Amino acid sequence: MNVVPNVHMNDPRHTCRLDADLECIETEPYYEPVGGEVALFEAAWASRVPVLLKGPTGCGKTRFVEHMAWRLARPLVTVSCHDDLTASDLVGRYLIVDNQTVWVDGPLARAVRSGSLCYLDEIVEARKDTTVVIHPLADSRRILPMEKRGELLRAPAEFMLVLSYNPGYQSVLKELKHSTRQRFVAIEFDYPRADLEARIVVTETGIDDSTAARLVKFAAMTRNLKGSGLDEGASTRLLVHAAQLMQRGVAPRAACAAAISLALSDDPEMLAAIDELASAVF
Amino acid sequence: MAGLTPLSLAELEEKLDDILCAALSSRRSAAAVAAGIAPLPRAQQDFVLAWAQVAAQNVAELGYQFTAQAPQALALFGRSGTEKWLLRALDAYDKEGLYPACAALKDLAGFKRRTDAAGEGVALAEVARVLELFLRGLAGRRLQLEAAGDTWTDTETIFLPERIARYPAREQNFRLYKAIAVHHWAQARYGSFNLDLAPVLAGYAVPERALAWLNLLEALRLERQMARGFPGLAALLASLRPELPASLVAAKERLSQADSSVADSVLLLREFYPLPLPEPFPWMGSLHPERAAEVRGERITNERRALYTALDQLRQAALAEQPELQAGQAELEVESSLETLEFELQIDGEAVVPPEEVARLMRSIIQDFGEIPEEYLLASGPGAYAAESLPETEAAAGLGESRAAGGRLYDEWDFRRRDYRKDWCVLFESDVLPGDPGYVAAVRARYAGQIAQLRRRFEALRGEDRLLRRQMEGEDIDFDAVVEAYADRASGIEPSERLFVQRRRSERNIAVMFMVDMSGSTKGWINACEREALVLLCEALEALGDRYAIYGFSGWTRKRCDIYRIKTFGEHYGEAVRARIAGVEPRDYTRMGVAIRHLTGILNAVEAKTRILFTLSDGKPDDFHDGYRGDYGIEDTRQALIEARQSGIHPFCVTIDEEARDYLPHMYGPASWVLIDDAGQLPLKTAEVYRRLTS
Repeated sequence: MNVVPNVHMNDPRHTCRLDADLECIETEPYYEPVGGEVALFEAAWASRVPVLLKGPTGCGKTRFVEHMAWRLARPLVTVSCHDDLTASDLVGRYLIVDNQTVWVDGPLARAVRSGSLCYLDEIVEARKDTTVVIHPLADSRRILPMEKRGELLRAPAEFMLVLSYNPGYQSVLKELKHSTRQRFVAIEFDYPRADLEARIVVTETGIDDSTAARLVKFAAMTRNLKGSGLDEGASTRLLVHAAQLMQRGVAPRAACAAAISLALSDDPEMLAAIDELASAVF
Repeated sequence: MAGLTPLSLAELEEKLDDILCAALSSRRSAAAVAAGIAPLPRAQQDFVLAWAQVAAQNVAELGYQFTAQAPQALALFGRSGTEKWLLRALDAYDKEGLYPACAALKDLAGFKRRTDAAGEGVALAEVARVLELFLRGLAGRRLQLEAAGDTWTDTETIFLPERIARYPAREQNFRLYKAIAVHHWAQARYGSFNLDLAPVLAGYAVPERALAWLNLLEALRLERQMARGFPGLAALLASLRPELPASLVAAKERLSQADSSVADSVLLLREFYPLPLPEPFPWMGSLHPERAAEVRGERITNERRALYTALDQLRQAALAEQPELQAGQAELEVESSLETLEFELQIDGEAVVPPEEVARLMRSIIQDFGEIPEEYLLASGPGAYAAESLPETEAAAGLGESRAAGGRLYDEWDFRRRDYRKDWCVLFESDVLPGDPGYVAAVRARYAGQIAQLRRRFEALRGEDRLLRRQMEGEDIDFDAVVEAYADRASGIEPSERLFVQRRRSERNIAVMFMVDMSGSTKGWINACEREALVLLCEALEALGDRYAIYGFSGWTRKRCDIYRIKTFGEHYGEAVRARIAGVEPRDYTRMGVAIRHLTGILNAVEAKTRILFTLSDGKPDDFHDGYRGDYGIEDTRQALIEARQSGIHPFCVTIDEEARDYLPHMYGPASWVLIDDAGQLPLKTAEVYRRLTS
């Protein structure tokens, strides 16, 4: 094992690799605004305030962020949060390449440096000691301390932090602390209105209006069952899946069973009830 | 349990003496029935004893009759058949009384006949849940399903035959059930009773004939309405009846407008009344307009009041944001559609999304009236509130009285005053008297399989082997850490010494307080389900290792609020606790607020990172006579829960009350409650809910 001479961190021999493939989104991601959320997000970005997206799964949060990134012409860095996410996963770490120490930025640092949008999805899944890493970025200081490098990264004006989470998640161990949540502007997401949702399904899959309307009606019926044994009703995403299957020739009821019912529940009585609901519209 | 020896005759007699004591006398002892059970294997003996206890809780005589017939029933039907037979008798007791119930118990042959003829027939009990979920999904008002001799609806309950065996195939019989349910759902949904039919029918020489014709015309109109929104349903109905004659086809066409209502059928009635009545369709039932009108009238009154309150609150909220408007100026407008039951509420031109309970209220009103009537939207003056009896205005309970009896004083929240009534409630703590020590053993035997499963799943939670990285020592090397240390050293930074991984069971640091509703509103065997739920919870929690306590609560007016200790935090889950669980009995009323405050105090004294207040409930807060029932009780309970939350406790509620959606979200919050609509599922589902809550 070669002993590497003691190299000071400010030595130019240190290479800092910036991810070269951080590019802006080229084509407009399709998104149907429900209310004033686009304007709200733009206002938050201009004011340099981070944003928290709340809502059930599959109702457009991620698609919205993509759309806004395109609209604001900034690159988008996405991190899916989970239990094992550490602070270094977000900020970065030293790696050894060819007997040289190389600092590699984590996604958060990359986003900060390049003035991108950084989207942390399902933030409640991450451990609380990891979440606090974002606190200095999320208040008026907008700095990311990188202790290992002895660097204090200041976020440019274009940088924005976006978090998402599902408030209907029933676990007392996984909640957002107030010290975190009170740094954000919150936007609430919910399933879109019937006509809007039908339009989304049509645009995403090319299916005919009447089928889309029926799918949306079916979804509304499953959402009526929330709390009676279903944790969540069908999301818009499931409808898109079902429509895609139908476009490829799968029979409507089979498509609903595969793409929607079986994804929602394992309880046989609940599945029977949902299948009956499908047979009411198809 | 194969290894356990059967109980001796003497032991059986002793147990039965205990369970059935109210039914025994000098002329009738437990000896005869004990003799019948003595030859059975131990598992069956325990089974009979457990169920005898359940039956005896309603009326001891039922327990006696059950025990007398049980050996024969077991031979004829087996265990699950015997359960069904007993449950049927208990249902008969609930609905009709003691003698019909005893008759049902004695009629073993009849029951056997029915179960044999079961074959391809479908019983309502088998499909009720699926049908209820199905109807709930279709939207409209929440409907209950009940078995009855006649098939009809009163707009809140649908009465269906107990069993359908009309067709040779099960699938067909189920389709008929579905068709009946859907047809009567449609009657409520599309307003078959939105008109006063009494004067209409009185105008005909033979009102019954007019009613029968109206029933048929409405059936046609409803089919048409359903075809518009739910093509699959219309197809189902059409498949179960023969082709329509030309005259009826024409009638159907004339009833086919999107905004058709029962009034249109009434208009057609004049024409069709003299014609011969065709066969009713298989899924049609009877019309009982007077009963429906009664139920509807009551509902309208309640909903009007509730909507006034809700809209007032929304107005207040709107005014709070725009204080320059004077009170009463906030104008409400609603646009609604009967076809889709969608509506848009605007306050001063701003769209407002009301909370879910209010939205449901509005949808129900739209169904009754076709729209939200204008007068519902006007600001209500003080006179518009129905005079609910206000709580007593007596002075606070005297200290002397409560101290002498060992009670503690608690404040109560009065939402009208927006302040606490000081020292308003007197609370007494006592132990639950022990019940039958064999009860818990019997439950464990019955649920043996599920308990094993629960324990496995809960143990998995506990033993979530976490890989703790970057430890000073451990079983294995943490390579990420080593690489970082190496890199750090090469950069001149002091490398960390934490280079190992350890597998450790992560510590759960949870304390949970179970609050069990012991009010008398629980029906006999629903209370039994609550107790079973407790047994399963204890088994699961012992596997999990969380600290837990179980307290029951009940009460009789504010001067006597009772808390019953079943298991305290420090106590070990042993014989004493088991005996107390068996002794849980329905008592009086449900003054929830003071119970929550007291138990919050006990829970806060425990050191834990996470503290949970878990309520098993079966209904709204309620108390005897003094105005606690209704909004006052709900608001006081909500305030007590807010206080609990402020002290760091997480409240959660599991309920079997069908109407829970109307008030639970307001008290507990949108994501902190679960409704279990089948009381029999309560034991298993409660454990599941707890597991999800804490993982």
